[in-house]
This record gives sequence, C-alpha cells and structure tokens, in this order.
Amino acid sequence: MIGVLSELSYWQVTSIRVVAGLVAVLLVAGTLVYAHLFKMVSFMQSRLGPMEAGPYGSLQLMAEIGKFLQKEDIVPRRADRFVFKAAPFVVLTSTFLLLVVLPGGPDAWFISNDLGIYLAMAVSSVSVIGILMAGWGSASKYSLLGGLRATGQLIAYELPLLLAVVGVVIQAETMNLQEIVLAQANGEIFGSGVIGNPFIITQFVGFLIFMIAMQAELTQTPFDMPVAESELVTGYMTEYSGLRFLLFFIGEFATAGVFSAIAAVLFLGGWYVPGLDPADNLLNVLGPLVLFGKVVLLTFLVFWVRFTFPRFREDQLQRLAWKFLVPLALANIVVTGVLKVVV
Amino acid sequence: MTVTERQQLSYIAAQAADARVNLEIETEGMTLNIGPQHPATHGTLRIVAKLDGEQVVAAEPVMGYMHRGYEKLAEVRTYPQVTTLINRIDWLGSFANEVPFILAAERLMEVEAPPRAQWIRTILFELSRIANITLFLGDMAVQVGAITPVFFAFRDREHVLNQIEAATGGRFHPNFDRIGGLKDDLPAGWVAETRGAMRKIRAFCDEIEELVEGNEIFQARTRGIGVIPPGVGLSYGLTGANIRASGVDWDVRRDSPCGLVHDQVDWKVWTHPDGDSFARFWVRLQETREATKIVDQLLDGIPSGPIMAKVPVIIKVPAGEAYVETENPLGVMGYYVVSKGDLNPFRVKIRSASFSNVSITPWLLRGVYVPDIITILGSLYFILGDIDR
Repeated sequence: MIGVLSELSYWQVTSIRVVAGLVAVLLVAGTLVYAHLFKMVSFMQSRLGPMEAGPYGSLQLMAEIGKFLQKEDIVPRRADRFVFKAAPFVVLTSTFLLLVVLPGGPDAWFISNDLGIYLAMAVSSVSVIGILMAGWGSASKYSLLGGLRATGQLIAYELPLLLAVVGVVIQAETMNLQEIVLAQANGEIFGSGVIGNPFIITQFVGFLIFMIAMQAELTQTPFDMPVAESELVTGYMTEYSGLRFLLFFIGEFATAGVFSAIAAVLFLGGWYVPGLDPADNLLNVLGPLVLFGKVVLLTFLVFWVRFTFPRFREDQLQRLAWKFLVPLALANIVVTGVLKVVV
Repeated sequence: MTVTERQQLSYIAAQAADARVNLEIETEGMTLNIGPQHPATHGTLRIVAKLDGEQVVAAEPVMGYMHRGYEKLAEVRTYPQVTTLINRIDWLGSFANEVPFILAAERLMEVEAPPRAQWIRTILFELSRIANITLFLGDMAVQVGAITPVFFAFRDREHVLNQIEAATGGRFHPNFDRIGGLKDDLPAGWVAETRGAMRKIRAFCDEIEELVEGNEIFQARTRGIGVIPPGVGLSYGLTGANIRASGVDWDVRRDSPCGLVHDQVDWKVWTHPDGDSFARFWVRLQETREATKIVDQLLDGIPSGPIMAKVPVIIKVPAGEAYVETENPLGVMGYYVVSKGDLNPFRVKIRSASFSNVSITPWLLRGVYVPDIITILGSLYFILGDIDR
C-alpha cells in the first residue's frame, strides 16, 4: 500500500487521507451510536429502541442528523460569541488529531511517529480546552459548573491514563504505536507465539487502569459528573443546539471510538490477528476491520458500564483518581520495570 | 518628601494595588435556580440555591407554579364530584387520594362501607402505594445517575397499573371510591391475576436490591447524605417513609386505623436508624415488599356481600366537621371536611404529605454539594401535585 501511495501525487494522497480520516471518525461514531446507544442499551432496558426508520431502525441516525441540521443555531445573548461557536470544533479537532498516529495495518497509517503514543496523549488534552470554552462561553451557570467539573476531572484522569501506558511502553521498548503492534504480533508468551503477546495479559492492571481512566476521559457514567443530565442538564452542552450540539455528540462517540482504538492497539494487538504474518499485505485491508472489531468490543464495555452504574460525586472521583489509580499505576510501572530488567 | 511620607505613599499604593487584585479575583457566591423547569424536580418545583463553589450556603424551595386551587374548587362541587379533582393530587397513587376524603364524608354521614368494599378499598389503596413507590425505586437511581433501573420500574409498574385498570377502569385516575362503598365489584379472575402481579413486584424489588441498593457507588452517594435527626424531622412535620427512615416507628395504618382493614392482616412497619438518603430508599424498598404481602393476605380473605351501603341517590352531608388521615404512599394525607348540610362541602382543607416533606429542604440542604441536592430531593420523594394542590 505504501508502494501504491508513493506513486501517487501529493493531492491524491492527501485526498485519500482526508477521506480515510472522515470515514474512521464518522463511520465509527455512527456505528457506535446505532449499535450501542440505540440498540444494545435498549435491549438492556427491556425495550426495542428505534424500529421505524429503515430496517430495525438503522437509518434513525440519518433522521437524527437531519433533525439537528434543521434546528436553529442559537447563541445565548450574553454568550461570548466567538468562544461559544468555536468550542465544538476544538473538541472535534482533538478527536481527529488523535487519529493521526493510529495504525490500521502494516502500511496503513497516517504518520508513523516515534513519539506516537506521547503525541496521542498530548492532543487528547486539547478537548479540555474546548470543553472549558463551551462552559465559559455559554454564559450559563449550569454550563460553567459543568465545564469546570469537566476540566478538573479530565486533568485528574489524564495522569493514570498516561501512567497506564508507560507499562506498555516499557514492555514494547517503543512509543511508536505501529511498533507496539508489531511487538505484540511478533512476541511470544509462555514460550508460545501462537497468539503473539497481547499486552492485556502481562499488563492487565495497566489495561484496567486505562479503561477506567478512559471512561472518565470520555465523561461516561460513572464519571459523567460534568454532563450529569439529572442535575446539570448535560453541563457544558446545555446551551448548544442544532449543528453545534451535533458536533459535540459526534465528538463524544468518535472520541470513544478512537480511545478504544488506542486501547486496542496498546493491549489487544491492534490490527494484528493471530495466524497471519504481520507483514502480509492482506492485513492492510483486513487490519482496519480487525481493529474496528476490537473497537466495537471495547466500546461495548464502555457503554455497558455507562448504562449500569450510578455516577460518582466530583470529590469521590477525584479521590479515586489521585488516591487509588495513580499509586496503582505507579506500582504497575515499578513492577513492569523490575520484571523487564530481571526477565 | 520625607522618607516617612514616601513609605506611606508606597504603602497606600500597595494597598490600592491589592484592592484592585482583590476586586479582580474576588469570589462571590452564585445563585443557582434549580427549576422550575429542571429534570430533577419531577414537575415545577424551584430551588433557589446560593452556592459557594459547589457547596450550598442556603437553599429555599419556591412552590406554587402548579397550584390548581383544588381546595377552593371542591367547595363548588358535590361530594361525589370532588373525587375527580383529588385524584390528581398525587398522580402516581391516585386511588389513595380518594380514600381519606371519602372516609371523612362517610364519618359525617355516619354510614359505613360494607366489609367487602372495605377490603377491596384497602387492596386498591395498597396497589396504588406499590404503583407509586415502584417508580420512586427506579427514579432514585436516575437521580444518582444510573438510567437503566427506571425502565425496569416502568415495566413492572405496568403490571400493577393493569390490575388497577381492570378493577376500576382507569389507569391513572380511577375515580372509583364512592361514599358508602365502591363503584363496582371486582371483575372475574382479578384475584389470581393480582397475585401474579405481586409476585412480579417482589421479583422487581429483588432486582432493585441487587442493581441499585447493593451498588457501592450508590451507597457512597447516599449514605450519610442528607441526615434528618428524628426530632428535626418531627418538628418539620415529616411523615411517611421519610420519618420512618429516621427511626421513628409511626405508621397511621397501624397506629390509628380508620375505615381500612390493615389491622386484619399481619404486617410490619419498617424503620431505619440512619435517617440519610440511603435509609429513605431502603425503607421504601421494604415497604413495597410489605405492601405486596398485605395485598396477598387481603386477597385470601375478601368477604362476600354487597359492595355499596344504603346511601341516598342525592348525597347531602349533615352539618359537621371531620378530619381523617391515612398513610398514603408519600406520607400522611388528611382531609378536613366542613359541611353545612349542603350538596357540596363548605370547606375542604387538604393536608398533603409532600408539602411538609419539602419544607425541610432549607434546613437539610445547607452545606451539601450540588450533586447531593438532587439525591436528597430524590430521596425525600415528592410529587409536585402533592405540594401544590
């Protein structure tokens, strides 16, 4: 694939990348909304979910998008207009930037950066700025409370997220996401290389911490204090309507997909599927689908938890982050480091 | 300029600079209006909360957005017509609203419903309690952030509503109680079906116990939050599960029964010593179970006989005053009926439970965090129609 790409001119490569990026964000977000938010949750709650638009309600999302596009784009009179209008785009930008370092196959990637995971963690913080902008710019007390809660929470959970990754980085000896996948594909565990060495086995504690911190980064229940429908009326999104609300909505689910993809790359072997040669050209086509399957699996966990648990209070979730997750993640790093040297 | 003057001037300048900075970063309280339109208030209750950060300094409930003037309207209705109005006070347990008014009118007229009517009345009374509190059990989870249990609550509440509908013809507003008895007898097969519905409600209670009550996050959010000491609760006029959750063993059904047959069956009044939000949830959960047991026992022994006592077609209530209170789903509900011997009551004063239950909020909400406002309001469990009659 890389050979094909190198023969194309610059604009052709760019177009392919733009389309691939849009597909990776929008298609994944759409699938997650339909499969998890509309259907899986409905079955959990003993109802059917949307059934009218298209077969089994599969076109419901199109109807929703049409509805949001028709709605008036309201800006509150006292709002900071520029900040208010720009906020959803900042949040969505962070999602797209996260995608850049994600490998989808042996040659299917946007950029192969040696600081890949570092870059991903850094750009994921950009969404905090967007959320704070939304909370402040709305000139609404509910939005302000939600925005401030979100900022405190996202900063607190960035730390365990990052520390959980460090264990993987130590084990793979690289920060390049592509090479992390290859390390898992070519590795062996218990003296057998049949399934490679998915880091979920050796880094299980790290995986758990990553998933918990990810849940908080996505502001999903039990860490949804910033959006809290029943008290803050969706927090920083309270004043948004129409297209801008839709952007927040897409951003929420696309970020869930991209974060799950990073978790899949770090812990589940990414695009690699056991039984195939990691250098096989087939994986350039199959790889993105395999990764997508793992993303759906991980987001299933995220939404399962989201629709089962009550939410923590702000001080309780800060306590969980600082007093439990961070020390646990540090201990995980120490143990991983010692074992890396010893074994 | 002497040195002293220069020092003084620089001191004044520093003071002014400090003042400017203080002005810029001055933190002042924020007044947050929770409601009248807010998902957590079940209608149009407004809580004016003065906040310091996320902490509540003072909170004041403002009611009256849904005042419908039922006490005044009742004065221009005949006695049988009044039940149509008072059905809509606590709209989740409608039948229970009718009972104390009808009992008060019966006391004034000195008639007594036949035993069969009394038993069926008690069964429907307890069914409306179950229909009411089931929704609370699911809704409390929503207030704490879990949205799934409320769907289970709506699903299983349907079984009870179906039974109420089968017996009375109305799902929400039965309008079934009459002075001197009931409108109709039970339909065929109703007893067996109700038994099945009670089994489903007990299964639902077990489900809620596992899904919500046993959840660590739920306990962390509700235990020790919104503690009402028994003395304070009594002085604010709290009734029902709210006061029993503070350890006060008081239930009108057991302690001053009038017209209903709760004394014929074997049941227990549940109390909890803690007085926090969790205790209120726990007591209501146990009460739902207890209500299913009461219904089961009553179904076993419904006496045969007529469903209506002998009352005149045009009901004129003799002059006099009567106050009857019953243990309704939300707490003690009482009607003070004054009659001058006319077709319609001269004055009806309604003592509804939620009005007193909400009046404790200024005392209770001081110093809690914003998320806890919602759980405390949820656990106090009010229906807006019950606050604003």
